[in-house]
Amino acid sequence: MTAWDILVIGAGHNGLVAACYLAKAGLKVCVVEKNDWIGGAAVSRELYPGFTYSNCSYVNSLFRPEIMRDLDLPKHGLQILPYEGGALMTEDGGYLGMFRDHDANRREIARHSKRDAEAYDRYARDVLRHCRFIRPMLMRTPPDPASFRPRDLAELAWLGKQMFGLSELAMMDMIRFWTMSIADYLDEYFENPAVKAYQAVGSIIGTALGPMSPGTAYVLLHHAMGDVDGNVGAWGYSRGGMGGVTKALTASLRAAGGEVITGAGVDRVLVKNGRSHGVVLANGDEVIARRVVSNMDVRRTFLKHVEETELPPEFVKRVKGFKTRGSSGKLNIALDGVPNFPALPKGAPNIKGDLHFTGTIEKMERAYDDWKSGHFSADPFQDCMIPTMIDPTMTPPGKHFMSCFVQYAPPKIEGRDWTDADRDAFRDACLNQIEAYAPGFKNLVLHVEVRTPRELEAEVGLTEGNIFQGELTFDQLLFNRPVPGYAQYRTPIRDLYLCGSSTHPGGGVMGAPGRNAAAEILRDMKLPAKDLSDAYPVL
Amino acid sequence: MPTRSCDVIVIGAGPNGLAVAIRLAKAGRKVLILERQATERPGFAPGFTAPPLAHLSYNLDPRVEAGMNLSSHGLTWAAPVLDTTAVSSDGHHLRLSGRDLGKVDGPLSPEDRLAWAALSARLTRFASVLRPFRDMPPPRLAKGVGNDLWALAKIGLRARLMGKAEFRELLRMFLTNTYDVLNDELSDPLLKGALAFDATLGTWLGPRSPNSLLPWLDRLSGGGPRLPAGGMGALAASMRNSAMAAGVTIRSGASVGRALIEGGRATGVVLDGGEELRAPLIVSAVSPKSTLLGLVGPQALDTGLVNRIRHQKARGGAAKLHLALSGVPDFRGADLKTRLVLAPSEEHVERAFNPVKYGQVPDTPVMEVLLPSAHEAGHAPAGQHLLTAVVQYAPHNPADRDAARADMLKAALAQLEAHSPGIGGLITHAELLMPYDIETIWGLPGGNWHAGELSIEQMLFLRPLPGLSQYRTPVQGLWLASAGCHPGGGVSGTPGWNAAAAIERAGE
Amino acid sequence: MNVLTHYETPLLQSPFHARTAAANKMHSWGNWGGYASVLTYEDLAMEHAAIRNTASVYDLCPMVKYRITGPDAAAYLNRLTVRNAAKLSVGSVHYTVWCDDAGKLEDDGTLFRLGAHDYRLCCQERHLPWLLDSAFGFDVAVREETEEVAALSLQGPTSAAALSAAGFDVTALKPFRMADFPFGRGRLMISRTGFTGDLGYELWTTPDLALNLWDHIFAAGELLGIRPIGSDALNLARLETGFVITNYDFTPAQQAVREDRARSPFEMGLDWLIDWDKGQFTGRQALLAEKAKGSKWAFVGVEIDGNISAEGAVLYHDRKTEAGVVTGACWSPTLKKSIALAQVERRFLAKGNLWAEIYALRELHYAKLMQRVRVVDRPFFAPDRRRATPPGRF
Repeated sequence: MTAWDILVIGAGHNGLVAACYLAKAGLKVCVVEKNDWIGGAAVSRELYPGFTYSNCSYVNSLFRPEIMRDLDLPKHGLQILPYEGGALMTEDGGYLGMFRDHDANRREIARHSKRDAEAYDRYARDVLRHCRFIRPMLMRTPPDPASFRPRDLAELAWLGKQMFGLSELAMMDMIRFWTMSIADYLDEYFENPAVKAYQAVGSIIGTALGPMSPGTAYVLLHHAMGDVDGNVGAWGYSRGGMGGVTKALTASLRAAGGEVITGAGVDRVLVKNGRSHGVVLANGDEVIARRVVSNMDVRRTFLKHVEETELPPEFVKRVKGFKTRGSSGKLNIALDGVPNFPALPKGAPNIKGDLHFTGTIEKMERAYDDWKSGHFSADPFQDCMIPTMIDPTMTPPGKHFMSCFVQYAPPKIEGRDWTDADRDAFRDACLNQIEAYAPGFKNLVLHVEVRTPRELEAEVGLTEGNIFQGELTFDQLLFNRPVPGYAQYRTPIRDLYLCGSSTHPGGGVMGAPGRNAAAEILRDMKLPAKDLSDAYPVL
Repeated sequence: MPTRSCDVIVIGAGPNGLAVAIRLAKAGRKVLILERQATERPGFAPGFTAPPLAHLSYNLDPRVEAGMNLSSHGLTWAAPVLDTTAVSSDGHHLRLSGRDLGKVDGPLSPEDRLAWAALSARLTRFASVLRPFRDMPPPRLAKGVGNDLWALAKIGLRARLMGKAEFRELLRMFLTNTYDVLNDELSDPLLKGALAFDATLGTWLGPRSPNSLLPWLDRLSGGGPRLPAGGMGALAASMRNSAMAAGVTIRSGASVGRALIEGGRATGVVLDGGEELRAPLIVSAVSPKSTLLGLVGPQALDTGLVNRIRHQKARGGAAKLHLALSGVPDFRGADLKTRLVLAPSEEHVERAFNPVKYGQVPDTPVMEVLLPSAHEAGHAPAGQHLLTAVVQYAPHNPADRDAARADMLKAALAQLEAHSPGIGGLITHAELLMPYDIETIWGLPGGNWHAGELSIEQMLFLRPLPGLSQYRTPVQGLWLASAGCHPGGGVSGTPGWNAAAAIERAGE
Repeated sequence: MNVLTHYETPLLQSPFHARTAAANKMHSWGNWGGYASVLTYEDLAMEHAAIRNTASVYDLCPMVKYRITGPDAAAYLNRLTVRNAAKLSVGSVHYTVWCDDAGKLEDDGTLFRLGAHDYRLCCQERHLPWLLDSAFGFDVAVREETEEVAALSLQGPTSAAALSAAGFDVTALKPFRMADFPFGRGRLMISRTGFTGDLGYELWTTPDLALNLWDHIFAAGELLGIRPIGSDALNLARLETGFVITNYDFTPAQQAVREDRARSPFEMGLDWLIDWDKGQFTGRQALLAEKAKGSKWAFVGVEIDGNISAEGAVLYHDRKTEAGVVTGACWSPTLKKSIALAQVERRFLAKGNLWAEIYALRELHYAKLMQRVRVVDRPFFAPDRRRATPPGRF
C-alpha cells in the first residue's frame, strides 16, 4: 500500500485547491471522494439527457484570481464568462433591471426613483471601500487574539494597521457596516422598495438570517467582494457549468502528480497518540498518509469521522455549537425553450442575468419568518438564472437550463425530517411563483431536480444543507471560524487539518480556505511556499 | 428681555439632566434645569397616580446614588433585591433569584440547573469585564485624542486574565445572538423564555437577532432589578430633592423651543413662549435626535451630520400597560412580590417580535408584570391593586395607531388572562401606552427607552453617532447628556454623570 | 427628447443631436455625464482657433442642472455652498463650490439667480441625494432639470457680434450677468459666462427650440467664422485659462473610494470663494480647522520647459522626491508654452526646485524627459476682451 504525504478528504473545490498547492510543492497527494464524481458543490452533472446542470453552486465571482493563476486553471480548461442583465420583477407587473453600463443602470433606477439613481454612486463607493478593506484578509490566516506567539501578535498588529489606516469616521462606518442589518443599511441610501430589495439579495443568499437581521450587511459584502477580471462585485458563469472549476482543478492536480480516487467515502480518520496518520475508507481499506486534510465541514469531520474520545470535550462542545443551519434549497430545471416574462422589455439583456420575484425587503423577511418557524417559505425568495442564455455548451440549442436558488428552506420541517411530500410542495411553491411571472413556464419544464437541505446533506455532505459549511455570522467569522483557538486550519489532532468553507474566510466558491490551509501545512512541514501568491495588492 | 441668570442651562429634568446638573452645581456653578412637563401626568384611574415610564430600577449608577446622596433625600427600597418568577401557564413556575443570577427555584432539570449556573456565571463575568466602559467616555478610534489608555488597558487585561478559554468565548459571544446561547446550554422552554425576554427587554431586537447578547450583558453589568419605596416616581423625587438641595433651580412647564446659536456658539435657549434665557453652557438631556434636529436645527449643522442623526435608529419596541385592579390577581400562586415574566419560551419571544418588523401587533406578546401595591401601600386605594407591565413587542409606527393600541391591549389582556385566570374581571381601568404614546408623553423619539436604540452599531463610540460620542456637539457650548448618549438608557444617571465629567475635563 | 430607451442607447442624446451628429465628421464621440458628446468634430487645431479667433459653439446640454426654488432658496444655498448666495443679485451668476462635512470638495459649479427665490445650479457630477438631504429643514424644492434645458456655449471674439447678427443685443451685458429674449414661441436666456476665459456667452432655452436655435446662431455667425467645437478643443481653452474640472483636477469627495484623494477648497486654490462671515455652511468647521492647521496639498498652474505636453506627468522635488501630479496639461497654441495644472504637496511648493517627469511616446519608444517646472499665476491667458463691456470689435 502506498503511503501518501497528504490525504485530502473530499474533492470539493477547497480540497482540490489545497491538494494542488501541496502537490506543486512536491508532495505525494491523494484526494478521496465519496461520490462517484468529482466536485463537491462545484459540479456540472448531466441529470437529464443532453442537459448539464450546475446543480449546486451556479455562479462565480469569489474564486480567487490568484489561485486561478497559481494553478494555471484557465490552461486546464476553466473559462469564466461574465454575464449581463438581471431583473427584479414586481407584483404590479413592473420590473427593475440591472445593466452593466453605468448610465443605462442609472436611468433604469431613475424610472423608479431619481434620487436612488444618483444615490447608487455613493452606495457603490461605500461598498467598494469595505471590499478593499476585507480583500487582503481573505488569503491570510486569522490571528489568535488569545495568543502571545510572535506570529499572532504580528498578524494582530497588521489587522490593527489596516484599521488605523482609515480615518476615525471611516473606521466607525466600517464597524457599523459589519454589524448592521442590510435593511437598515440600505435605508441610509435608498427610498424605493424595489431598489432596496434588489440590493438586499446578496445579504441573504445562503444565510439563515433575514434582511432585517443585524449582520446581514456583512453577508452582502461577502457576495460583493469578488470580481470578474477586476470588475468588483460582478459575477460570471463557469463555461460548461460550475464543474468547470473543479474539473480544471483536477487537471491541474494530476499535472502536478496528485491523484483523485472517487467512490471512496471515508469512514473514520485514523488517530494514534493524538496524531492522525490516515483514514479508513467505508469499504474498510486503510489509506495511510503523513497528514490528513478534511474538506468536509467541521461538524461532519469531528462529529462523524473522528472518535470523540480523541478530542478535548470543550472542542467537541464548540463544534456541536457551530451553527450550520441550512436555509436554502435549489431547483434545477430543464426547459424546452426560453420562458417568457411579460414584465421584461423585449430585446433587453435582463433575462441573461439573475431574476427575482421578491419586490420588497418585507417579503424577504417574511420568507425568513417561515424558516424560523420550521417551514419552507410559502412565498419564497428565488435567485433564478438561465446560464444557457450565454453558455452554449450545457443544453441542445434552443433548450435551456435554469437554476433556481431558493430561500428559505429549513434543515428540518417543524423538527422532523423532510419527506418527499414536503419536497414536492416546496418545488410547487417555487414553480408556481415563476409561473405567476412567466405564464406558460410550467409547460416548458422537461425535468426538475429539487434539492432541499436534506438532499444537500445526503449528496454533497453539507451538514444540515448549509451551503457555507457554517453560517456567516460574526461569532463564526475570522478567528472564531470554526472554533475559537482552532481558526488556523489546524485541529486538536496533530496532522489533521481543515480546509473547507467551515474555515476562514468562509463559503462561496472562493478557494481561499483551501489555499490558506495548504499554506499552513507547508509551514508545518517547513517547505517553501513558493507557488503560493499573496493576495494581489489593493491599490 | 434676555436674562442671564445662570452658568448652565440643562434641558430636561430626567435622571440624566438631574445627574449632570448636580455634578456641575457641586462644582460651584449656578444651574437651571428647564423641564417641559408642567405637572405630574394625571392618574389613569381614580385614586391611582400615573406610573412613570420605568417601573423598576436596573442600573442606577452607584456614583450617582452616592454623589447625589439619594438615601438622605428620601430614597429607600421597597425591594432592594427582586426575584423574578417565570410564570408558567400550568403553575409550575420558576423563581429566579435576584441576588444570585444563577440560582433557580422550581421544577428545573438538574442539567439545566447546572448549565444555567455555569452560563450565568460566565455572563456575569463578561458583564463585569465590560462594566468599566459604562463609567468612562467611549474611547475614540484615533491616536493622540486623549483616550484613557490606562483604563482601556485595564479592561483588556481583565478580559485576558479570565483565561485563554474565557477570553476566546468573550470574543465569540460578543456579537452572538441570545437564542443560540440559550439553546446551546439550556433546554427548559420557560427558563429560556424568561431569559430571552430579559435579554431583549427594551431593545428592537429579537432573541435570534445577531448581536442581541450584548445589550443583555450591558444590563447585567448594572446588577439586578430593584424597586424603590414609593415606586420609581419616588426615586425621581429623591433626585430632584437632592438637586434642589445643591442649589439647582428646576423650572417646570418650561418647554425649550430652540437653542440660541450665535457665531457657531450656543448662547442660550428660547422657550416656546418666546422667552430667552442665556447661559454660556447648555446641556441637553433630551434625546440627541430632538436636540440636533429640533433645538439646534439642520440650518446650523453640516448636512452629513444631519443625515446621520436622521437615520439614527430609534424604534421603540415596548408598550407600557397600567391596570387598576379591584382585588388581588392570582398568577396561579406565583409570588406577587416578584417580578413576573410572561414568556413561555424563547420561540414565543421571537414570534412576538416578528409582526413588529412590519408595523403590526403580535397575537401573543410577552411581558414583565409588576404589582407595586403588593409591596407597599400607597400605590392604589386600599384593597385595590396597581399592575404595571412592559409588553413586548409593540410597533412604533403602525398604519393605524388607535387600532394598533386597541389590538395590543386586547392581546396583552389575553396573555394576562391566560396566566392569571379571572384577572379580566378585576380590571377597573386600563391604560396602554404604545411607543408613539411614550414619544408624545416623554419626548423619546420612536418611543425608544434609550432615546436611540441600544444595539452594537449604536453603542460605545458609535453612540449616539460616530463622531459625537464624547458628549460634545459641533455647536460650541452645547453638550449632550441624555440616555441617547453612551452608555444608554434606564434610570441610571450615567450618561449625565459622564457628560458632566467630560464638560469639566474640557474646562467649559 | 429622448425616445430611445436606455438599454437600446445607453448614452442619452442631447436636443442638438441631429445637428451635432451631422457636423461630427470624425464620428468622434465621448461619454459626458451619460450623454453622447462630441470630442472633436473635424480638426482640433481649427476648433481651438475658433475659440480664440472667431466664434465657437459647444453643446452644453450634458451639464447637470438643478433648479432650487422656494422662500428658503438663498438660505439653503448658503448652507450648501461656501459662497454667499444671498449676495448674488437676481440676473447674476457666480462660480461656487460645495463640500462635505470634512470640508472636502463635492463639486464646483455655476449658480444662476433667476429670481428672488429661484436658482439654477450647473455642475459636472450628479448630486441629487446630497442636495435633497441638504434641503431637510429648509422650505425649498430641489429638482434636477438637466433634460429640460437646452444650452449652447458661444465663445470667442466674434461671439457678441454673432449674437447681434442673430437679433440678440448683448452689448450692455456685463460678465456674470444674464439677459432674457423672446425666441420663437419661447424664450432665450443669455448669460455672459463660459469656460474659455474669452469673450463668450451661454445660451439657454427649452429642448423644443434647440434645433431652431442652433440653425439661427449658425446662420447669424456664418460670416463671423462660427464653428462647432468638441470637448477636446474646449479642454485646451480651459487649460489656457486655468479652470478646473471635477474628476479631472480633483476627485469629488462622494466618489473618492480612497479617503486621501478628496481635496478641500484650500487644496484646490478655491478658498477665495469661502464667505466666513455668512454663518453656517456644510464643512465650515472642518475648513476653519484646516485654515488654522494648514493644508497638505496645493493646486497650481505651472509652465514646463520644452514643447512636450506634460499630461499625466509626476512632479518631483529636486528631481528625486515625488511632490505631486499633473492633472491637466497641454502645449498651449495661444501662449506657445507647455502649461499644466497640478496638485503639489505644499511642503515642496515652498521649497521650489520642481521637475516634471514626462514620457513622450515616439514611434513605440518612450523618450523620458525631466523638465524644469515653474509655478506661475493663473489664468495663464486672460485677454482684456473677456471683460470689456460693451465688447470690443473682435
